[in-house]
Amino acid sequence: MAAAESRTAGRSPALARALLIAVALSFLGLFLVLPLLTVFVQALAKGVGAYAAAILDPTAWASVKLTLLVAAIAVPFNLVFGVVAAWAIAKFEFRGKSTLITLIDLPFAVSPVIAGLIFILLFGSHGWFGGYLKVHHIRVVFAVPGIVLATIFVTFPFIARELIPVMQAQGKDDEETALSLGATGWQTFWRVTLPNIRWGLMYGVLLCNARAMGEFGAVSVVSGHIRGLTNTMPLHVEILYNEYNYAAAFAVASLLALLALLTLAGKSFLEWRQPELRHAARQGRDRTRREIT
Amino acid sequence: MAAPAAAFEVKTLSPPPPPRRARGVLPGFGLTLGYTMVYLSLLVLIPLSAVFIRSLGLGWGHFYEVVTAPRVVASLRLSFGASLIAALINVIFGLIVAWVLVRYTFPFKRLVDAMVDLPFALPTAVAGIALTALYAPNGWLGKWLLPLGIKVAFTPLGIVVALTFIGLPFVVRTLQPVLEDLDREVEQAAATLGASAAQSFVRVIMPALWPALLTGFALAFARAVGEYGSVIFIAGNMPMKSEIAPLLIVTKLEQYDYAGATAIAVVMLVLSFGLMLGINALQHWALSRHGGR
Repeated sequence: MAAAESRTAGRSPALARALLIAVALSFLGLFLVLPLLTVFVQALAKGVGAYAAAILDPTAWASVKLTLLVAAIAVPFNLVFGVVAAWAIAKFEFRGKSTLITLIDLPFAVSPVIAGLIFILLFGSHGWFGGYLKVHHIRVVFAVPGIVLATIFVTFPFIARELIPVMQAQGKDDEETALSLGATGWQTFWRVTLPNIRWGLMYGVLLCNARAMGEFGAVSVVSGHIRGLTNTMPLHVEILYNEYNYAAAFAVASLLALLALLTLAGKSFLEWRQPELRHAARQGRDRTRREIT
Repeated sequence: MAAPAAAFEVKTLSPPPPPRRARGVLPGFGLTLGYTMVYLSLLVLIPLSAVFIRSLGLGWGHFYEVVTAPRVVASLRLSFGASLIAALINVIFGLIVAWVLVRYTFPFKRLVDAMVDLPFALPTAVAGIALTALYAPNGWLGKWLLPLGIKVAFTPLGIVVALTFIGLPFVVRTLQPVLEDLDREVEQAAATLGASAAQSFVRVIMPALWPALLTGFALAFARAVGEYGSVIFIAGNMPMKSEIAPLLIVTKLEQYDYAGATAIAVVMLVLSFGLMLGINALQHWALSRHGGR
């Protein structure tokens, strides 16, 4: 075995190996590191004072608060859905399971702009429910509810698609044992299932939250861009940028970039705790597909 | 006639189906599946169907007129064309990155591996302004490219750059687990039998990678077609030249041209769904061929 190993190592010359590593690192440096670096350099281009002023600006603050609010509503909604859908799909056999999984993934195949458009078509002034909402003085589109709806739509599959493979891998033996020992369904869920899936759950929440806070296209279409009222952080970045206030735009953007880095750090931590999470989504899908076909 | 009879025979020989109450051991099937269906319908299926139903109201003639307008055709061609180029770039470099990450060791490998997910975590608007700042004529990279006569920002080339960034993780992340699972003994056997490194790559490794490459390509392509946030800053957004289809939807919405926006959305959705189905079928075929070896 060792002899064979060294033989192949000898066949793959060190030069080719160095070349491939250089190409890969240059590509990643060019497309990942440089843009990330740019954000922070541009944010501090006019000094720390200007950076602080841009972040402490009241409209910037309002956008931070709105972003946190939207994520605080959208993520729990998709969290409950993710757990419930994963329970149904992972613990039971039924017809049309693969179709259901495909439908849950559907929002990933829809352009964010179209995700915004559909809520305009439903709740806009010319939309299906536009007349009703107008009579009752309820604003959905160009207001916070529309932003929340669009965010829920684009982040819809995140938690479910992480949890389904995790729950499938767990099987249902633990739960059946708990039930046979006299636990109720709820007790089984809280004391057995939830502790089993907690890392996967956090993983899904982390990814869902990153997208919810960073979503641009869908939110841009339904927000109406009212400063201080319906501007999330990404939309605030756009407005500042379009006003040629680059340093301020990059200052707010740097907060979002920090969030991205924190997300990556959290993701790496969870993958270190639970290595199966790394490729869980993909393998789970393949397994489901194989089981069905 | 013989085949169904044989199938019937096999069926009777297989063990009897589990008793009806097997599903009933764990509680909550009806509740969780019901909740899943209702939530999915209310937030995804019904809103998405609104686009199709609204487009029916246009009438075929008007619909055809909207989607064959030169500006619309140009934007669709640009969106799909640039996405195709970006996805192909990601297939080539994604393969190299995945290979390097799985097969070789080098300093900071874990950090590099974690960074690959940056495009998932970084809000698209932030990516957009960062790439624009990099490639603008006075930017870090644009400054060097300009004397060579290469303009990236505010041209279709800039769109390809942004879409490459957005699609980068997909190919790497779909290839990694497949490369990790690849049986190295097969390669060693090929080497022992006198195959060169290149031969063994083309004849032994590539056939095993095709399905994953195709999946990664499809995911990167689908994501790129609908992308909005990272593109609009770098694109320049000139009608007929550098205006992507999602932007045209937004433009039509801002002009209260709901019919026009809906028509373009329908074309985009149908093209993307059709493409995904086609690639899914192709992948299924590749997987069954490879699996049956």
